[in-house]
Amino acid sequence: MTLREWTARWLGAWRPRRSDAELEEELRLHIELATEHERRLGSDDVTAVRAVGIRVGTTTQTMDALRDQRGWPWLDDLARDVRYGARALRRNPTFTTVALLTLAIGIGANTAVFSVVDGVLLKPLPYPNPDRLVAVWHSAPGATGLSSLSGDLLLSPSMFFTYAEQNRTFQAIGVWAGGSATVTGRGEPEQVRGVAVSSGVLEALGVPPLLGRWLSPSDQAPDSPRVAMLGYGYWQRRFGGDRTVIGRSIDVDATPREIVGVMPRGFAIGTTEADLIGAARFERSRLTLAGFGWRAIARLKPGVTLAAANADIGRMVPIWMQSWPTLANVSPHVYDAWHIAPALRPLKQDIVGGISRGLWLLMGTLGVVMLIACANVATLLMVRAEGRQLELAIRAALGAGRTRIVRTLLIESVVLGLLGGALGLGIGSVGLRLLLAYGPSNLPRLAEIAIDLRAVAFNIGISLIAGVVFGLIPALKHTRSRISADLTASGRTASDSRERHRTRNALVVAQLAMALVLLVSSGLMIRTFRALHAVEPGFVQPAQVQTMRIPIPPSIIQEPERVGRAQFEILARLEAVPGVTSAAFVSMLPMEGLPPDWDAVEAEGQPWRRDEIPALRMFKQVSPGFFQVMGARFVAGRDYTWTDLFERRPVAIVSENLARELWGSPSTALGKRVRTLPTTPWRQVIGVVQDVHDNGVQQPPPSIVYWPTIGESLYRAGTTVVTRQATFVVRSARAGTEQFVSELQHAVWSVSPSVAFASVRTMEDVYDQSIARTAFTLAMLAIAGAMALVLGVVGIYGVISYAVSQRTREIGIRLALGAQRRELTQLFVRTGLMLAAVGVPIGLAVSTAAARLMSSLLYGISPLDPMTYLAVPLVLVAAAAAASYIPARRAAAVDPVNALKVE
Amino acid sequence: MLQGTLDLMVLQTVAAIGPMHGYAIAARLEQVSGGALRLNMGTLYPGLMRLEQRGWLRAAWGATETNRKARFYTITRAGRRQLAAEKADWERMTAIMHALIHGEA
Repeated sequence: MTLREWTARWLGAWRPRRSDAELEEELRLHIELATEHERRLGSDDVTAVRAVGIRVGTTTQTMDALRDQRGWPWLDDLARDVRYGARALRRNPTFTTVALLTLAIGIGANTAVFSVVDGVLLKPLPYPNPDRLVAVWHSAPGATGLSSLSGDLLLSPSMFFTYAEQNRTFQAIGVWAGGSATVTGRGEPEQVRGVAVSSGVLEALGVPPLLGRWLSPSDQAPDSPRVAMLGYGYWQRRFGGDRTVIGRSIDVDATPREIVGVMPRGFAIGTTEADLIGAARFERSRLTLAGFGWRAIARLKPGVTLAAANADIGRMVPIWMQSWPTLANVSPHVYDAWHIAPALRPLKQDIVGGISRGLWLLMGTLGVVMLIACANVATLLMVRAEGRQLELAIRAALGAGRTRIVRTLLIESVVLGLLGGALGLGIGSVGLRLLLAYGPSNLPRLAEIAIDLRAVAFNIGISLIAGVVFGLIPALKHTRSRISADLTASGRTASDSRERHRTRNALVVAQLAMALVLLVSSGLMIRTFRALHAVEPGFVQPAQVQTMRIPIPPSIIQEPERVGRAQFEILARLEAVPGVTSAAFVSMLPMEGLPPDWDAVEAEGQPWRRDEIPALRMFKQVSPGFFQVMGARFVAGRDYTWTDLFERRPVAIVSENLARELWGSPSTALGKRVRTLPTTPWRQVIGVVQDVHDNGVQQPPPSIVYWPTIGESLYRAGTTVVTRQATFVVRSARAGTEQFVSELQHAVWSVSPSVAFASVRTMEDVYDQSIARTAFTLAMLAIAGAMALVLGVVGIYGVISYAVSQRTREIGIRLALGAQRRELTQLFVRTGLMLAAVGVPIGLAVSTAAARLMSSLLYGISPLDPMTYLAVPLVLVAAAAAASYIPARRAAAVDPVNALKVE
Repeated sequence: MLQGTLDLMVLQTVAAIGPMHGYAIAARLEQVSGGALRLNMGTLYPGLMRLEQRGWLRAAWGATETNRKARFYTITRAGRRQLAAEKADWERMTAIMHALIHGEA
């Protein structure tokens, strides 16, 4: 076949140049001429026609051959089968509706979850050459305290300079840190998400700005004019997408900055889509080795492997340790004990991190639901095919081979699958919207999740596969070689029927087993959730605690002393709002999700050894009354008073676990003294408070030192510091209502009119957000489990119902012979229970394996939790019994006279 | 009949005689072969369509001597090239066969 012929055939199949009518006209002439020839030879009309038919063939045969040549025969066959399939579906509206709905839900759910998995896990990051990007971390197994939260060490600015200047493997490297900033001068003061980047970050990511230019290395110099870039979302929201923003000035934290560029839509550093991007300014001469609070991104040079980059960093760590001074009185060799080693990770892994397991679990779960749905439809098809035996027998008699019939039936199923998939696409997009609205809001790469071309391709693919999967079994089962026997009116032979009966039962058993697996997983997650909820987080009735973050930067109140007074005044006004029980503030809420403050304390009598860095503790600052508002108990001693604060007394409060670690018991801790640096004065422990979970209830509570919000600086004796970034907490039964929040805000503004509020939510919201991911996984599994149960129940119902209708005559005979109606009902219920009895053990066996896969998501219970494994089968068996009972009752209602009449 | 053989015969006929309709081609081939070659419509017309699809024949509606509407096939330049190639192949094959059957005794 030449290319021309190939193309001509495609055109012929789609839009034939020569129509049937034209072809027939050409053939007519041929027949005419041939007939004339015959007559010239002496035949009469009748003989001539017959002779011509034999000599040159008939128009019908020739037209068939011509059509085969004009287009593609296989395509014509396919089109015909599709038409037949569609017609068959239309003829059975009940069956078609049920099957379509089942498929639509199964396929739609899978498509929705696939979009999530695709957007988060599969798609490459939205940067040029994203596989060259790495996140630079260090492991520091010797740095106790730091490793409890993030597991790895962030970079210090001095590290950045060393690496940027001395590396051999990076095209670009930079550090960044997220935070918030206050923008003023444009109506109400506003808290925005900001990101500070050093040189190298934007270069490494490589996304060109939408407007203007990137921040340049010169913007990093401490005395250069202050500049900023806008994020796309912020630019749209606050500047209306105005393209003349470049060069305009914006007040950030009371400093005017010139806007030099705008980043394009969807640009994010890590998972942060920042509103503002500012230049990190380092005073190079004042840097020391310390300050490990910066995240680092680098782009590898072409051809460089991750291992080579790791080795490069490993080479530079000792260089870095030699190149920079340390904090006063700390020997440079202390960092040796930390065993700092490079731990580079591909950036994608860094961003996506721990949720891949949960997402794949979700995908697997819905895949199982899909299988159950296919089993259901397969059963439906088998039942329907019982009625088509005659049609199939005729086809076979007319010459269709077994393969041909199987192909026809399969194409029917595929058409059903594709239609179900199309419907499912609609359901899937609705489902996705719900998922994104109610799912965990801190899902990485949220902006990249959508029903795009890839999701549609997946949808089509799954529909095709599903069509083949559920179509194959009935197609094979119903085209056994004994088709010839079916042409008689009484239909199939007994053994055929038994064979198909077995297959249907097998399908139902499979459904039940799969449903059991899903239900066990749901049960485990429910128990995990309850175990999490049972953990005492360290606060009480969080729904009644309203929180809001109120920073007071120097631009609003310059002197620290006045800030303290203002905060005191604010609390007084807040407590005056009707319904308020108490109010206080803290530097950072438990589970707030902000990057925590770590440092070391020295206990009097337990000096640090010169050759090691001491363990790091979490530092927070609290106002008097904070623990009372939260409901955290004091196990020893007392809370701060405002007198302590205003007189800047050297006092401290520690957490219970820290007290036990340093001094053995909370009561002995009272009166002991601690300090941060040898150059700072000692502070006395006056209170020990119960442990508070900080990073979600799954992690153990860290050891915390609570400093007063006003006091002498922990690091520079003689200066007063105050907590400017504070989260205010207010306990009230009215917490969470808009009216209440508005009253609180006005109370605050009456003291300080230009402060901005951020993160206004109840403590319960904070807590919910910390377990959002677990809650989400639970919700999804529960939904899948419920769907599986419903489908399984429908499956049993269908099978028993069908069995009853098939055995009507037998029932009639039994009744006529004196059987009790109750016995008949029991007979069919027993059938259903037997199916369950086979399915449950299989399901349990598979569950034990599946549960092991999800053990990382569980908390407080083992994957083989006996209570779940006992309760779920009972539920399933009960459901199976109920599903069998309803059709079984129909057996009891059979009228024997009518039943025996049927032939 | 092999597809290639039919192609060769039709192309040769049309090239030698000029524009012909389907019946004329079949009649001519029957005549030349002394009655041995009797082409069925179901063989001939799909073959003609194929040759047309491959661009070796060109067809147009016209009138016969008795003024009936017929479709006339003409050979194209590409068709002539193909014909020459097929003839050369055929000659070569014939020579080989001849040598095989009769030669090298």
